[in-house]
Amino acid sequence: MNKVFSRSKGLTDVPFTFCPGCTHGIIMRLIAEVLEELDILEETIGVSPVGCAGFSQDFFTCDFVGAAHGRAQAVGTGIKRALPHRTVFTYQGDGDIAAIGTQHAVHVAARGEKITSIMVNNAIYGMTGGQMAPTTLTNMKTSTSPFGRDPQTMGFPMDFPKLLAGIPGAAYVASVSVDSPKNIKKTKDAIRKAFKVQQAGLGFSLVSVLSTCPTNWGLNPSESLKWLRENMMPIYEMGELKVSEEVEKL
Amino acid sequence: MEEKVLLKGNEIIGEAAIRSGCKLFFGYPITPSTEVIEYLSANLPGQGGTVLQAEDEIGAINMCYGAACTGSRVMTASSSPGVSLKQEGLSYSAAVELPMVIVNVNRCGPGLGGLGPAQSDYFQSVKGGGHGDYHLIVLAPSKAQELYDYTMQAFDLADQYRNPVMVLTDGYLGQTMEPVVLKERPPAQEWDRSWIVDGAEGREKRILASYSLTNEIGEANNLYWEAKYKEIQKKEQQWEEFHTEDADYLIVSYGTTGRISKSTVLNARKKGIKLGLIRPITLWPFPVNAFKPFLGKIKGIVTVELNTGQMIEDVKLAVNCGVPVELYRRQGGMLPTETEILEYIEEMIMKTDAKEVQA
Ligand SMILES: Cc1ncc(C[n+]2csc(CCOP(=O)(O)OP(=O)(O)O)c2C)c(N)n1
Ligand code: SF4
Ligand SMILES: [Mg+2]
Repeated sequence: MNKVFSRSKGLTDVPFTFCPGCTHGIIMRLIAEVLEELDILEETIGVSPVGCAGFSQDFFTCDFVGAAHGRAQAVGTGIKRALPHRTVFTYQGDGDIAAIGTQHAVHVAARGEKITSIMVNNAIYGMTGGQMAPTTLTNMKTSTSPFGRDPQTMGFPMDFPKLLAGIPGAAYVASVSVDSPKNIKKTKDAIRKAFKVQQAGLGFSLVSVLSTCPTNWGLNPSESLKWLRENMMPIYEMGELKVSEEVEKL
Repeated sequence: MEEKVLLKGNEIIGEAAIRSGCKLFFGYPITPSTEVIEYLSANLPGQGGTVLQAEDEIGAINMCYGAACTGSRVMTASSSPGVSLKQEGLSYSAAVELPMVIVNVNRCGPGLGGLGPAQSDYFQSVKGGGHGDYHLIVLAPSKAQELYDYTMQAFDLADQYRNPVMVLTDGYLGQTMEPVVLKERPPAQEWDRSWIVDGAEGREKRILASYSLTNEIGEANNLYWEAKYKEIQKKEQQWEEFHTEDADYLIVSYGTTGRISKSTVLNARKKGIKLGLIRPITLWPFPVNAFKPFLGKIKGIVTVELNTGQMIEDVKLAVNCGVPVELYRRQGGMLPTETEILEYIEEMIMKTDAKEVQA
């Protein structure tokens, strides 16, 4: 029989522990496939955060280091500076990278640190039970914005990849989504490009992926995908936000 | 060949790091420790190493964490407020058992405080500092040569026990110029490196992380660390004794005040007072063994500290309250003179003698 689909060599056989309909798993599979296709699984070191994204350390077949909440990019910097010829990536939630870890995100971009960061934006703190994130939409209800996020007192949702795209050392920044087969393909292309940017030593690369959190959004899986499409995609600028001249030539 | 040089204390720490094979340094400027990063910025890259000025101390310690995961020798240096920012990272580093060296050129606090010499970070350094049950190995130099020697030793201990090691000094030592012999240290022993993360090439993947999924795993981890700390406590206590053989009274003091106290001891001896000094070199593990021979023989102990009295708690535990222990302290960046200390001790002796007469 002809096998048309199999588990990526980039993934261990540990079953995913995400809630039903959570798209964290799709994003991890895409990264694993890219690492396998680029044949860099044996030379890659991943850095996991704290958050639902943190389980990544068990799911990939490459080496992994678990960082404190928000510190994955500083940890990644340390690894990359020690082993400049290895591929280093961080896999982080939106709260991890765009709230508690903001300073590291801004400065890995400023230094053009040759690492790749995958930001999983579900507009919420998933792991801790659905509190407001910097990416939570205006009027969106969370456990710490029970009456909806009021920008007057809670601030506006932050388009973090857009902010990082404005920093010179960021060579490649893309904002993508995994809500449909077409967008899943685009996401994989962006992830592949981000790793190639790192391999070519062109600077910092970031792929922000809009992702669902059915559990804390209080929606079922298909409603979640629809909600993401209708509410998040209009707010967050989508597509390639930064492609440096050198990256164009890749 | 052994070279003798004249350098600032902080520069000596930098030179010792280079000669210890430190390959990466991550730091953030703060007085009075800044010369460490300045010296290394000028000298480490030429030796094939990397120096990176991080966005802050949190960044710096987490970069150390990442680099240490690869098995590279790595160091950071800071002063009190900066070291406070590193505490979460140190807790994680201890939990993942990462060898690294942290230098704290203690300034006086709390808050922004001042730049003067202090020992007010004693508790933070020896009791853990960050969250959870863990310990750093803490070495306390009292002169330039020891800044050099102990920094080198710190790298070896860090590798041997897979544990962060702190060199705790102060602005007085860090800023003072003194001659130092750049002794060659025998090449470091090769420790097991089958834990490092450097790409799973031809081997199973490795994970370096500290999350315990269940309480049972959590307890097993804590028991394992506890056993390691006990072993360190058993094997690594270090201290210096000065005129202790026939002592009636002992000063216990480390670092800068340990050094000043030596003059106090000599002056006391001239006056016929049998005073000795125990200078802890390892603050953790605290050298409890140093005190055993003196129990039942001495009349009193004075700890001399640059804080409100922190180490005195460990001294009291070490003598199990079997000897009166008093504190002489200066704070806020002030240093005591040897005479001030002696005057305090003479007063204490008078009180003790009066009690003996009453009895
Ligand atoms: C210093 C610190 N503060 C707070 C926490 C608690 N905490 C763990 S994960 C998390 C938020 C995670 O949200 P996000 O990064 O968006 O990841 P998600 O779970 O949504 O994938 C928080 C606040 C922590 N572990 N450490
Ligand atoms: S809590 Fe949300 S982000 Fe976390 S696994 Fe469940 S659905 Fe996914
Ligand atoms: Mg999130």
